Order: sequence, then structure tokens, then C-alpha cells
Amino acid sequence: MKQKEEMTGTHIKLSVSRKVFLAADYLFLTCSALLCLLPLINVLAVSLSSSNAAAAGYVKLWPVEFTWSSYQYALTKPQFTQAFLISAKRVALGYAVTMLVIILTAYPLSKEKDVFHARGKYAWIFIFTMMFNGGLIPTYMTIRYLGMLDSIWALVLPGAVPIFNVVLMMNFFRTIPHEIEEAAFIDGAGHFTTLLKIYLPLSLPSLATVSLFVIVNHWNSWFDGIIYMNHTYNYPLQSYLRTIIINPDLQSMTSSEQLVMREISERTFKAAQIFLGAIPILCVYPFLQKYFMSGLTMGSVKG
Amino acid sequence: MVCALTFSFHRQQSIHYITPNSSLLTPNFLLLTLTKGVQAVSTVNARTRSLSREYRRQRRLRELPLHLMLIPGLALLIIFHYVPMFGIVMAFENFKPAKGFFGSKWVGWDNFVYMAKLPNMGSVLYNTVFIAVLKIIMGMIVPIFVALMLNEIGNKPFKRTVQTIVYFPHFLSWVILGGVLMDVLSPSTGIVNDLIRFFGGKPIYFLGDKGWFPYTMVITAVWKNFGYDTIVYLAALTNVDRNLYEAASIDGATRMQQTWHVTLPGILPIVTLMGVLNLGNILNAGFDQIFNLYSPSVYSTGDIIDTFVYRLGLEQAQFSVSTAVGLFKSVISIIMVSVANYLAGRFANYRVF
Repeated sequence: MKQKEEMTGTHIKLSVSRKVFLAADYLFLTCSALLCLLPLINVLAVSLSSSNAAAAGYVKLWPVEFTWSSYQYALTKPQFTQAFLISAKRVALGYAVTMLVIILTAYPLSKEKDVFHARGKYAWIFIFTMMFNGGLIPTYMTIRYLGMLDSIWALVLPGAVPIFNVVLMMNFFRTIPHEIEEAAFIDGAGHFTTLLKIYLPLSLPSLATVSLFVIVNHWNSWFDGIIYMNHTYNYPLQSYLRTIIINPDLQSMTSSEQLVMREISERTFKAAQIFLGAIPILCVYPFLQKYFMSGLTMGSVKG
Repeated sequence: MVCALTFSFHRQQSIHYITPNSSLLTPNFLLLTLTKGVQAVSTVNARTRSLSREYRRQRRLRELPLHLMLIPGLALLIIFHYVPMFGIVMAFENFKPAKGFFGSKWVGWDNFVYMAKLPNMGSVLYNTVFIAVLKIIMGMIVPIFVALMLNEIGNKPFKRTVQTIVYFPHFLSWVILGGVLMDVLSPSTGIVNDLIRFFGGKPIYFLGDKGWFPYTMVITAVWKNFGYDTIVYLAALTNVDRNLYEAASIDGATRMQQTWHVTLPGILPIVTLMGVLNLGNILNAGFDQIFNLYSPSVYSTGDIIDTFVYRLGLEQAQFSVSTAVGLFKSVISIIMVSVANYLAGRFANYRVF
């Protein structure tokens, strides 16, 4: 192949324009990556700068008059730590429940029709909720009549059947050869044993992908906290952050808080909390990222 | 392995075992068994009947665990998705929370008539479709372009690093990104306006200016998601047949021509599929984003159906009208999604389940 290119003489000519192109390409991609990174770095720099420097707009990509005080203030604020704990609890509980439901749902739905005759009917029951839903107010009213307002279960249970993740898991289960499963049946294993001992160990990349989505989704959810929690002290972190970052309600602050606010400035304080809110994602992301490329495309693109 | 194979053979037999050693295997009879199923055979032959009953018992027993596994998911769906669907009746009622779904007064289509007469309904609909369509178009062009660029890179570590960085914003919530954008886009202290000033421009109030707001939404949404959206196109690019490139280069095609005549046609099916599936999003302008970034000063160009439903329902407590608006959106959405899935199934041989 390469020889042919060289023989026709186009190889050398190509490689010059190719070099120019590649240089432009590297430049373009570097710029794209920086475009994604720089706003975040800017906010990080602001959060680590003194309030005067931040208020005057001196901070670009590196902290000016470095200080941890905004972080110290955020972490000693009981409301912040409380919301952080609620979020952690929500992620733990939500992760356990959601993964269990996803796995238990995806396994039967991954069976062919001759193995599981009712599959088609069940599949429609699940898929229909993806296309149509009751809407905001009816869902809110249902939760309210169930007496789940202000309970952590209102944050965990309504989203515990994420159809997209079920489909992802189901498509992965389908790629596992039938022969393995059949051999297990011969050895006397039932469906539950097969799922536990064969399907799950073989699905680790896919489980990692789905885990990433479930954890990130639970950590990032803020809207359900705002509508299902009547009291702000029940807010998970993202809902709490919304109330202070997006709508800072200065009237509700105590006078001592207002005093501190004057010292560390709203801007650096907000920036610090933005970063604290993103830290768990920053921790989970690189760890699971290597799996999700393979796991995701396996599930979503078929042919 | 032999065991497994014989077993699979057995299972197939047991599943279709109504047919063997029956003298009644005429084509007509076959038709009967197909249309009426197992029962048709059992009326003919006593032995077959007991067998088929036994078979169905076994089948039921074998499938029982599968049914059991679906119970938790089904229960959750029924409680949190199907029950609220019945709650939609409140769109036809003058709903009062104290009286419940059954006690509230039935008003028929009144809420929809009221909705149609709301002065801002037209602009809300327009904003929704305008922002959503721009997002769909830009949300496809940019990722495809970046994917093509990434695909040309041979340096694996560089490629991986870029991918890792550009995927990242997708995983942050709109609350966090809302905070970041409010800081970065601020007209007084934001770094973006610093840049604009540096080049001699006037600072732009991206989030507070009526004219800029919809475009700011489109650009920031693309900024958040373009990296992540390249995944599907990168996967499609790796599936393009290598031999076609060799053939093209032997025929003297330049790289540019190869991209145009081999790569793009190669990923066209996926691009079409994504475009068609995006039809279902034509009324989803991005609640999470807009709700966190808009303010009363940009309601005229930035208010979308979902934010309107929220303010109507949960801030003004007009439960029924809000539900009516939501139902209106749901009905249009389900039509669009059905059309999209039909087209996707028809032309791209795609099925969700």
C-alpha cells in the first residue's frame, strides 16, 4: 500500500499538505479542549483568590493573592455540610436501588422471544414511559399523596428505573453468547444464579458505564430536591447550591453571615462552592471514564 | 461445549415440539397450529394434549424467575409513571389539592381554551421551537466536525487527552455550569467580556440581554455537550471499511476527497439516524439549562414551555392550567417521537428495544 503511494510519487506531495493539515488539526483540537477547560480553571482561580482581587476582576487563570478562606467558610457552614451529607446518602441509596432494578429489569428483557414469551409486552410497558409521562404537576401530586414529600425516598424511587440505562445494559447482555448460559442451565443453574454468576462478571465494562451514569445523575439532580423538599434543610447539595448560586437570597442571611460575606465577597464564595459541588464528579470521572467508551458504544450503536 | 450444544438443540426441540411424529402434518393443519397455537393440537390428540399441558407448565416454571425479576421495576414504573398519567385528568378539572383527583370539579376543555388565550403562549411556543431547533442543528454539526478532526489524529495519547477533556463538561450539572457561566459571562468581571474588551469590543450581557439570550443558550449547550456527542460519530467512523480508503487512494483521491467521498457517506446512516431521533426533541429546549440561567428580563425570548409550566404550576399554583400546557407538550412530543422511531425503523433499521 505504502509502496504504491511512493511509486506513484503522490506520497511526498501529500505529506506536505498533510503536515499543514495535521498542524491545523492539532491546533484546533487543543483549542477545543482549552475551551472546555479554561472556564473551569478561571472559576477555580477565582475561588482561590482574595475577594479584592476577584471583585476588581484581576483574576484570570491563576489565583491572585492566594487564600483558602472561601473554602474554609463554605466547609464550616452547617447548611453546606448538611446538604453534602444528604447528597452522599442519596447517591449511596440511589445507586444501590437503581443498579438492582436496572440489572433485574435488563436481564429478562435481554432474552429472545422464544425464551421469554412475555418479553414484547413487558418491553412496551417500559418503553412507553420513555415516550409519554404524566408531567410535572401530576407527578408532584402523586408523590405528595404518597406522603413522600421531605423524604429521601422521593429523591431515590421515582428515578429508579432509568430506561436508557436499562436499554444499555440489556444490549450488553445480548452480546453474551447463549452457549455459556445454556451450559449453566445444564449444570442446574436457574436464571438468578446465571445472572449473578455468569452475566454480571462478564459485564463489568458495561456495569462501570451504567454506574457512572447513575452516580453522576444522582449527584447532579437538583430539580427533584427543589420541588419535593419543602424545607431547605432537606435539600441535597445541588438544590442547595442552586438557591445560593443562582438566586442568592440575601434577606434570609443572618447579619453575622452578611458580615462574613462582605469580607470574602460573594464571587469567590460562589466559586468555591461550585468547585466543592463538582469534586465528587471529578473523583469518579477519570476512574470510570476508561470503561465508558467501550461500554457505551457497545450498547448504543448497533451496526 | 458439546453439552451446551446438545442442550441448545434439546431446547429448540422442546419449544417447537408440537410438530413431530404427527400424521396430521398437512399444510392446512400447520396453518391451524400457527394461528391457534398449542390448543389446536391438544383437541386432536390426547397424548399431545397432556404433553402440551406439561410443556406449558414447564415453560411457565422456566420463565417464572424472569417474571419475578421484573416485579421491582414494574412496581416502580406503575407508582411513579403510570399513576401520574392518570393524574392528567386534572387538566380537565378545576383541580384543588384538598379535593384530590376525584373530588375536583370537571371543566372539560376550559383549561385548554384558557391556555390558548394566554398572551405569552405564542412567544413561549416560538422560543421553545427556535432554541430547540438551533440546538439540534448545532448539536450535530459541531460534534461531527470534531469527530472528523479527532479521527485524523494518529497520536493516541493526545487523542485520549482531548477526548477526556471535552467529554467532561457533559458530566457537570447545569447548576454547577450555571454558576460557572454566570461568572465567566458576567459583563463586569467575566473573563469572556475581558477578552472582548481586550479586542476593543463593547462588553455583552450574554445572560441578561433579550437578543443574546437564545443564542447564549444554544452556544453554551453545545459547549457542554459537543465532546460527549462525538462518541457516537467516532464509533461510526471506526466502522467505515478500511479497504475503501485504500481503493480511493489507489485511484488517486486526496485526503480531502477521501473524506468527502468515503468517510462522510460512511457515517451518513448514523447522522441520519441521529437527526431523525432528534425530531423527538423539537419541544425540548433544555429546561435544566434555561431554568438556571434565565431571569425575568429575558422571559420574552427565553421562556420555554417547560419553564412556563413550572412557573404556572408550582409558583402560581395554577395546577390545572399548568398540567394542560404540559399535556399539550406531551401529546406533540409523543407524535414526534413516534414518527421519529417509525422513520428510524424504516430507513435505518433501528429499534430502541
